[in-house]
Amino acid sequence: MTIAEIEPPMQRTKGPLRRALGRFTENRAARAGLVIVIPVLIAVMTYHWWWPYAPNAIDLKIMNKGPSATHWLGSDGVGRDVFARLLQGGRISLLVAVCSVAISTVIGFLIGAIASFGGRVVDATAMRFVDLAMTLPPVIFLLVLASIAGTGIEPTILVISLLSWPVLSRMVRARLLELRERDFVVAARGMGAGLPHLLFRHGLPNCMDILVVYATLQIANAILLEAGLSFLGLGIAPPEASWGNMLNLARSTVVLEQYPWQWMFPGAALVLTVLAINFIGDGLRDAFDPRSNLN
Amino acid sequence: MSAPAPYLSVRNLTKHFPPTAFSRGPVVKALQDISFDIPRGQVVGLVGESGSGKTTIGRSVLRLIEPTSGEIRFDGKDIVKLGARELRRQRRNMQYIFQDPFASLSPRMTIGQILTEGLDIQGIGNRPERRARAEKALATVELPVDAYDRYAHEFSGGQRQRIGIARALMLEPEFIVADEPVSALDVSIQAQVINLLRDLQVRLGLTMLFISHDLAVVEYICDTVIVLYLGRIMEVAPATDLYVRPGHPYTRALLSAVPSPDAFARKQRQILKGDIPSPANPPSGCVFRTRCPAAMDACAGAVPRLREIAPGRMKACIRDDIG
Repeated sequence: MTIAEIEPPMQRTKGPLRRALGRFTENRAARAGLVIVIPVLIAVMTYHWWWPYAPNAIDLKIMNKGPSATHWLGSDGVGRDVFARLLQGGRISLLVAVCSVAISTVIGFLIGAIASFGGRVVDATAMRFVDLAMTLPPVIFLLVLASIAGTGIEPTILVISLLSWPVLSRMVRARLLELRERDFVVAARGMGAGLPHLLFRHGLPNCMDILVVYATLQIANAILLEAGLSFLGLGIAPPEASWGNMLNLARSTVVLEQYPWQWMFPGAALVLTVLAINFIGDGLRDAFDPRSNLN
Repeated sequence: MSAPAPYLSVRNLTKHFPPTAFSRGPVVKALQDISFDIPRGQVVGLVGESGSGKTTIGRSVLRLIEPTSGEIRFDGKDIVKLGARELRRQRRNMQYIFQDPFASLSPRMTIGQILTEGLDIQGIGNRPERRARAEKALATVELPVDAYDRYAHEFSGGQRQRIGIARALMLEPEFIVADEPVSALDVSIQAQVINLLRDLQVRLGLTMLFISHDLAVVEYICDTVIVLYLGRIMEVAPATDLYVRPGHPYTRALLSAVPSPDAFARKQRQILKGDIPSPANPPSGCVFRTRCPAAMDACAGAVPRLREIAPGRMKACIRDDIG
């Protein structure tokens, strides 16, 4: 009798990523997040095809008019359509957030990975550098960077991405330090694997959960940072719209009290989107949590 | 008796783990002056209790741990001195089988990816060739071919261990370190895996270093046994001999702890007192003397040399009246 004959039949089950996705779609808050974020994304990306007004088109006849059938969310002080600006602002805010998070995720992963696999000296050097970056007070660091880099889309992306990688690189390093000693990684070394193989075939897949969760939550954070910078006049400069610089209008008491549609809608869009993205991030984190992953 | 040059020859292998950069701890002397040979096609067993350095030897021999000093010669070639490129080539010839079948397979890769990883790293073959080779390896360890597209979590411990064995065979090595390959398995599965290993060893003519703390398993599969204690070799003997006439007091104690299936056998249990001392601060002289029932004052002096007491038999004990 061979071994194969006495074995029970194997059950077919899904891979770890598929199981995590399954858990994610069962999460109610995460689904609600998706229900909000996906329409926002679609609207923001396609509005120029179906909305008749351009974000920077000025119509002096409709200055400071409230919401109406033609201008759904009213118009602002120079007669621009608030709905068009809201969508354009969302486009810019999300673009800045996604790009800066992509950059900071790559930086964070690479620094964490090099620190964990590079040996003691590299590790100590990289981590002291990370410590330094983390000790700087974020608001002041942000302001200094922003005043050096200037305003506009690219500088804002740069500033936000330079601020947010240290935490991620810590998490990646911790994960990879543990991974490095795992038997299957030792096995790969025993078969002659070099650093690139270890990092991208073992390190990256095993950090995917950290990266996805971090990136999602960080997008929400980056939207807020962008809004904050733009509110202070250091992020996206007018006339280009962003949720932050639309909120900037609310600094004037007249606008704040008499034309609430000019700041309330960008504010609501900001809060709703950030909240929804946070829900998705939490859902992803729970989905990837190894404690809910029966191996 | 003039033996041919051994396939693997380890000389004065020493491994010290220094304290970490921020703690001022003592140096842990994991291995001290280990020398042994493995002739081609033979299986050498490495036994000893936890913390005696078995795994450190197994990993150092494959240079998965950098030894502090010493020589490790495969076919006369010292792999401690090899550069990265030559070492990568040499790795085709030497593979490792892990103790824990749950930790040794990546949860994020399919069995196919796990098995072909080595071929991928070494740049051997193209995709269909690699797949064919992996399926052949699966058949060798008596697993169904459709395991190729599954994940490790779908398999039982014994099946996973056989996947680990298949992976070690993928590069067609000449030498394998089997690090307690069955100690994590159910007793009923242990025999299967041991028989499989023994079969493969004979059929493929593998040279093997077999690490275990289970003396019965070692007796079954090994030609020669090395008894290890606190990073030093206590005794080397042919497996057939060791069990009949243990030459070292430590070996005696180990053997007396093996359970016997004969319930009525009168047996003198010799129970060792205390725990294995810390390798950071080993006893002077003979490292075993603190727990040795036959210790004398002289044992605290010099470290006893590993000396030949009969052809193929060596022990590191100053007492001749034992064994």
